[in-house]
Amino acid sequence: MIEPRKIWYYFTRYIDGFLLVGILTLMSVGLIVLYSATGTNINKVSHQMVNILVALVVMWSVANIPLQQIRRLALPMYMIGLVLLIGVALFGEISNGARRWLDVGVTKIQPSELMKIAIPLMMAWYFDKHEITLRLRDYIGANILLMLPVFLILKQPDLGTALLIAASGFYVLFLAGLSWRIIVGLGIAAASSLPVFWSIMHDYQRQRIMTLLDPSQDPLGAGYHTIQSSIAIGSGGMIGKGWQKGTQTQLDFLPEQSTDFIFAVFSEEFGLIGNTLLLLLYLAVIGRCMVITSNASTQFTRLIAGSITLTFSTYIFVNMGMVSGILPVVGVPLPLISYGGTSMVTMLLGFGILMSIQTHPKLIKT
Amino acid sequence: MKHKVELRNHPIELHKFRNRLALSAGFVLILFLILYTRFYYLQVSQQEHYHTLAEANRISILPLVPNRGLIYDRNGKVLAQNYSAYALEIVPSEVQDIESTLDELATIIEITLTDRQRFKKLMKESKRFKSLPLRNRLTDVEIASFATNRYRFPGVEIKARVFRQYPEKEIISHVVGYISRINDQDLEQLELDGALNNYRGSHHIGKIGIEQSYEKQLHGITGFEEVETDAAGRSIRVLSRTPSTPGNNLILSLDLGLQEAAEKAFGDHRGALVALDPNNGEVLAFISKPGYDNNLFIGGIDQENWNLLNHSIDRPLNNRALRGVFPPGSTFKPFMALAALELGKRTPEYSMSDPGFFSLPGVDRRYRDWKPGGHGKVNLHKSLVVSCDTYYYSLANDLGIDNIHSFISQFGLGKKTGIDIEGEVSGLLPSSAWKMRQYKLKWYAGDTISVAIGQGYNLATPLQLAFATTIIANEGKAYLPRLVKQIQNSQTGDIEDIPAKLLYKLNLKPKNIEIVKNALVDVTRPGGTAAKVGANAAYTFAGKTGTSQVIGIKQGERYNEKSINERHRDHAMFIAYAPAEAPKIALAVLVENTGTGGSTAAPIAKQVFDHFLLGQSPESTTTESTKSVADHVHEHP
Repeated sequence: MIEPRKIWYYFTRYIDGFLLVGILTLMSVGLIVLYSATGTNINKVSHQMVNILVALVVMWSVANIPLQQIRRLALPMYMIGLVLLIGVALFGEISNGARRWLDVGVTKIQPSELMKIAIPLMMAWYFDKHEITLRLRDYIGANILLMLPVFLILKQPDLGTALLIAASGFYVLFLAGLSWRIIVGLGIAAASSLPVFWSIMHDYQRQRIMTLLDPSQDPLGAGYHTIQSSIAIGSGGMIGKGWQKGTQTQLDFLPEQSTDFIFAVFSEEFGLIGNTLLLLLYLAVIGRCMVITSNASTQFTRLIAGSITLTFSTYIFVNMGMVSGILPVVGVPLPLISYGGTSMVTMLLGFGILMSIQTHPKLIKT
Repeated sequence: MKHKVELRNHPIELHKFRNRLALSAGFVLILFLILYTRFYYLQVSQQEHYHTLAEANRISILPLVPNRGLIYDRNGKVLAQNYSAYALEIVPSEVQDIESTLDELATIIEITLTDRQRFKKLMKESKRFKSLPLRNRLTDVEIASFATNRYRFPGVEIKARVFRQYPEKEIISHVVGYISRINDQDLEQLELDGALNNYRGSHHIGKIGIEQSYEKQLHGITGFEEVETDAAGRSIRVLSRTPSTPGNNLILSLDLGLQEAAEKAFGDHRGALVALDPNNGEVLAFISKPGYDNNLFIGGIDQENWNLLNHSIDRPLNNRALRGVFPPGSTFKPFMALAALELGKRTPEYSMSDPGFFSLPGVDRRYRDWKPGGHGKVNLHKSLVVSCDTYYYSLANDLGIDNIHSFISQFGLGKKTGIDIEGEVSGLLPSSAWKMRQYKLKWYAGDTISVAIGQGYNLATPLQLAFATTIIANEGKAYLPRLVKQIQNSQTGDIEDIPAKLLYKLNLKPKNIEIVKNALVDVTRPGGTAAKVGANAAYTFAGKTGTSQVIGIKQGERYNEKSINERHRDHAMFIAYAPAEAPKIALAVLVENTGTGGSTAAPIAKQVFDHFLLGQSPESTTTESTKSVADHVHEHP
């Protein structure tokens, strides 16, 4: 005899309820906005539901794996990711002037997506291994581990992803206790290398940064996105124009409404009140992640959980920042809300790891 | 021990980590505060400003769809064109009740159930503010009657649109193909290609044939128009304009007159014909019968017509010339003969006596010749002229399958020719390695015997056979077959030639190829299998007949055409080129379910040659007129 209760127990034992509710709420908001953004296109909404379902299955599966096993995957995942990135550089498909996809026969993959999880895993693994002897040498080693893929992604060119992946690695360094002197030193080094960066950047990347400084310079080209999304947000006002009633959205002034700029749709139709609730919802999820991070029992789990949490927060900030016109337009989706399967799966993979950390028995009590 | 070290460091580590985590949490809070401040600034402090902007944001950027390039035959006859017509369009957001509006519209303009269904489907996929077509190609009367009733229908408008049309329909459908509405799959592909922006405003894309393969050339570059619109999104004033660049026109090597002549020569038969210029690979005629009306697909084909086409026993949607695979039958023999000479397995002088069958040493099974009792003494020349099977059975046994495979694959059999339309299949030229790969079975000597006469595992497309024939016709030179000869810039009118591409030249001994070519000429002379057709030709031509088996005949049974279901009867094949001394055209003909090549396929080839070389159309190809031209030619040698 199988008791329903028991099935329920086995099904949910590694799921963090609080986190799940937060994630599902955000996804539902995403679907509601998507329905409006696509002009009530039910096909696209149901396609996104499939994406969500797949991502949830991935999350559930990862949550059921104990962290010791995930830890073993760190090195292979990183190596595979690195090899694929080199593959992209050599044989990648060119699309939109950038080499990001690799055709592996059955399907096309974007290895930089894999790196979003592989980097924090790898760096956390590395620091965990050298836990007792953290010397400058170890930091330099970690830095090389990080800069290799970042450089390859930068060359594709995909500035946005490169910076975000660099950030996720930096979070591990920071949480591992990188000394302030080095952090400040790095900051100065970064600032002084900006001119070098500028010179190796592609024209369209420079254009985006110039446009950020003055969008009106190029209202029909690169500035168009920012101007239109700012108008969408601003004209939404306190309470918004109402669901499916945003003129910026419905009259197609807003570009990429269902993917990177979906927040502008939300903002236009639900106003500052909607934005505030959305920010609070995100904060609740981030808060829960922080609690999980803080309770994690080993250096490895702490670092990986911390990096995932901070990366998630960064994505939100960068996306909302670019849509509202305070950051340059880099192709970053709004986590859990933007249309698209890949980023959804990557995000939930991360949450699966967090749930696994929280729910599996801890080796050392803290 | 290990744990001890960890435990000792643990509290310090943890303390340090939690410090850093707290710092990060603070950092995140600051970032969110920045965002909130920005939102507050935009949505409260500047709300008035942005509200005004949004209201005045009536400058919308509309795509200007480029006119699609036209497609011509080599003589400038139009195969695909555009025309403007008026369409009845509806903006759903401005209509209160769609159903009743459609009902009312139907009282003044004819609106079929199909129109309604298509419109509803479009409505589901599109934004409510988009103008969607309900009816295309309005007549003048319909336009007038709508105009007088216009006040009754807010949100309904008549708009001028450009449509595609294929005036030649069935005759050319398998070459030109068609365009149809862009679907999700197309969109995905366009996104991958980075071409999505260029398709803003485009509703159609090439799906098959030239329309598909030359999509990039034909589509053109989308322009943009900055328009001031009213609150509902209707344009009031044009502010600026970047005109679109129309797509390039394509000039095919195909000769429409020849195509029509070939089509007519087929009569009611099903089949395929590919005629190439052996000197440059240009496709002169490309028939797959039956064809279909490609105009049906442009606006989205309706269910009824689709069922008719898709379920027809004649399979009109199947491009037989490009994708149909058939056993080449005896048209395979000239290549076998060349292999025998080139590989030194037979001399031209060697002759055998044909008892009417062949048996492998020590095996009872008899491989029969098509002629009961055999052909008597047969040498290589005669083996081609009378199409003796026994000669090739024993030759194949001496050559072995892998020699056959490696020699004949040089003529392009068993692989794609690389013609410039998509969807080509590669056919099959078997080898022992292939059989092992495919079936995990050893190759048996018996397998080779049927391959010798183009049956067994052998499969080829009519296009491949035509291509292989060009290589014989010009003694080893292989030119890439291609349909598009020139590309015309539709703005400047400049024409760019696409140069012929010599793929490779086979190193064949001139003496050997001459022996085979002479035999192929004699095929069309008295005593040959195509003598009837050759009898009144005004030029010499060379050819080889063939019969492609549809069903296998059991040992000891005889093939009896009359007792077999029509669809199971053999296919007639013919490969040929003309004039024999300096070939200008080479072709392969397949006529389905009509028996031997000499009787139905060769006459079609003859009519195509007549048209091409003498400028005669099939109706006038009576014996009388052929004769008079023949006399004329003889008088002036």
